[in-house]
Amino acid sequence: MFKITEKQELGPKVYLMKVKAPLVAKNAKPGQFFIVRVYDKGERIPLTIADYEKDEITMVFQTVGLTTYLLSKKEVGESVKDIVGPLGNPSEIVKYDEGSVVLVGGGVGIAPVYPIAKGFKEAGNRVKVILGARSKNLLFWEDRFREFCDDVLVTTDDGSYGRKGFVTDVLKDLVENGEKIAQVTAVGPPIMMKFVCEVTRPYKIKTIVSLNSIMVDGTGMCGACRVEVGGETKLTCQDGPEFDGHLVNFDLLLERLRMYKKEEKEAMEHFEEKEEIVHED
Amino acid sequence: MKIKPKKIPMREQDPKERIKNFNEVPFGYTEEEAVIEAERCLQCPKPPCIEGCPVNVDIPGFIKAIKERDFDKAIEIMKETNSLPAITGRVCPQETQCEEKCVLGKRFEPVAIGRLEAFIADWEAKKGIKIPEKPKPLNIKVAIIGAGPAGLTCAADLSKMGYDVTIFESLHLPGGVLTYGIPEFRLPKAIVEREVNYIKELGVKIQCNVVVGRTVTVDDLFNEGYKAIFIGTGAGAPRFMKIPGENLLGIYSANEYLTRVNLMKAYRFPEYDTPIKKGRVVAVIGAGNVAMDAARTALRMGSEKVMVIYRRTEKEMTARLEEYHHAKEEGIEFHWLTTPVRYIGDEEGWVKEMEVIKNKLGEPDESGRRRPVPIPGSETRMKVNMVIVAIGTTPNPLVAKTTGLKTGRHGVVIADENGRTSREGVWAGGDIVTGAATVILAMGAGKKAAQDMDKYLKEKYLNGV
Repeated sequence: MFKITEKQELGPKVYLMKVKAPLVAKNAKPGQFFIVRVYDKGERIPLTIADYEKDEITMVFQTVGLTTYLLSKKEVGESVKDIVGPLGNPSEIVKYDEGSVVLVGGGVGIAPVYPIAKGFKEAGNRVKVILGARSKNLLFWEDRFREFCDDVLVTTDDGSYGRKGFVTDVLKDLVENGEKIAQVTAVGPPIMMKFVCEVTRPYKIKTIVSLNSIMVDGTGMCGACRVEVGGETKLTCQDGPEFDGHLVNFDLLLERLRMYKKEEKEAMEHFEEKEEIVHED
Repeated sequence: MKIKPKKIPMREQDPKERIKNFNEVPFGYTEEEAVIEAERCLQCPKPPCIEGCPVNVDIPGFIKAIKERDFDKAIEIMKETNSLPAITGRVCPQETQCEEKCVLGKRFEPVAIGRLEAFIADWEAKKGIKIPEKPKPLNIKVAIIGAGPAGLTCAADLSKMGYDVTIFESLHLPGGVLTYGIPEFRLPKAIVEREVNYIKELGVKIQCNVVVGRTVTVDDLFNEGYKAIFIGTGAGAPRFMKIPGENLLGIYSANEYLTRVNLMKAYRFPEYDTPIKKGRVVAVIGAGNVAMDAARTALRMGSEKVMVIYRRTEKEMTARLEEYHHAKEEGIEFHWLTTPVRYIGDEEGWVKEMEVIKNKLGEPDESGRRRPVPIPGSETRMKVNMVIVAIGTTPNPLVAKTTGLKTGRHGVVIADENGRTSREGVWAGGDIVTGAATVILAMGAGKKAAQDMDKYLKEKYLNGV
């Protein structure tokens, strides 16, 4: 059992939770993820590690399906049944002699960008961050990024805060205005990552994306998280989660993410009865 | 007394009924049936059956006790060498091991050793499992990686010798393939839980949710004071055919399909949260035991038609005869000499057709089985809406890579006959060494390693006592 020590609502349907998971926290590195199972009859889902210190890890998630919904109903002092990690390969963090590192975080993807940005900064890079959200109330951690980043650029789809538009608009401006960029790392909805890659492709800027495939075990056992990278089949859990975005077949990723749409809806119809079980468990 | 030429038949669920549920297929012997079957044993002075058993169970010994209705003694004899009899009685390929060697089998049907084994284990479970007295603690910590058949056996044996044993398991439940792979109707999970609990009662600690190589490393474990480490992480990485369309929706690895159903209990969705697709027409690629498990599971999930697609013939398939018979009884179609060459999807990315090519058999390959040779121009298409790829598994490279162990073909860890790897203090056994094999071979490897670890630890830390 893994005890919840802190819970915040960062925005509508967006939650932050800190959980005691000493072994995961001790070994976690930027870019890695973990698998959580909320209760005895629960599903295993992967979430990216948003932060880690001492014996706690931080997760940030949006309630999109039954599991995240049930997770959001857990309170401080309660526990989640299982957490396993850190899984996947850490971000490859290097020091670039020339050019800045631009990190793009969209939606809840802002959270996992945080340790990656910190890693690049600590390695001695010039770090710029582009944060995007649908609306002001869904944006979080701008202050945390401002503490150490060389620049923090904010955009909202509806223009309620920062620049109106998408992260890709900001990135495009940077590129077109001659910003020397050594690497872009993007974490967020697959469609956002796909378009980020389209912005950087003509300029041949190295672009890393962190994929959020469906997984069961998260250790290379099931093959549910198959993705196509450079025409080859890879496993997100074992070979990723970060890949060269210019080689990723995003259309396949998007298709595979839709595999259980029908079942997800069906599962949600039972959330009320499950909510009670979750607290007992 | 005249010897009965045939085994006492096993009563089992009717095929028409059982494909609608996940309950165990055989009902198990009654005491009466077990005693009568036990009477068939010749009690050979030099019993070859024991040699046929990878963990060398005293087979005539436990059968004699059953015959004499001394069931307590029978289970005691069994557990001297085998800590998981309810499991091995159900999933061992007895027909190529103990029962193949049975002297009675030369003229008649061999003694039903497996059924008697399952009987005596279940008898004990009903009565209440006796926990042997704990030995004097040696105060030496040993780590086992992987709570599957190899790791559980190794742990049980070392614990009985007095070592302080901790198993690290990556999934949220122990059991390995017994839990995630073998379906409920062949090995009820309550039985796995019972056998795992027995091992815990022996004093073995099991820590789930630890991925060695990620959560901790073998070096970490040595630093924490573990003096010897056994790696039994199995062959868990699924193989795919690498043919066009294999990533279409509705195409599963057998590992994923079975893990969803068995470990995550997707067959009870939405009571359990993990979903699974129900294909109307399902093709299972491959004809080993895992393929039979997947095919029979699909049937129970409500598929209308389940086909096993195999590139060779009935003769070369690796599935146990018993599993094959069960599958056929249940109505699974077998398509021999057939290989998928590509999958065709609909506009939303779901698999809808499978192009296959016909083979003929050529010369034997390195496995000694005749090689399938594709017949040019024999391509046809089959309509399918779910595919389960069950063409085998390979070891997960993570542990070997992060431990710095020598590996061989397909990433197997290289170990000697006692399980010693290229690194001092590290043993390995089971599928991670042999590649995908059987539960009982893994248990045998765990047992051998335990003996060798004991020898090593006594020499090194206990002055050879």
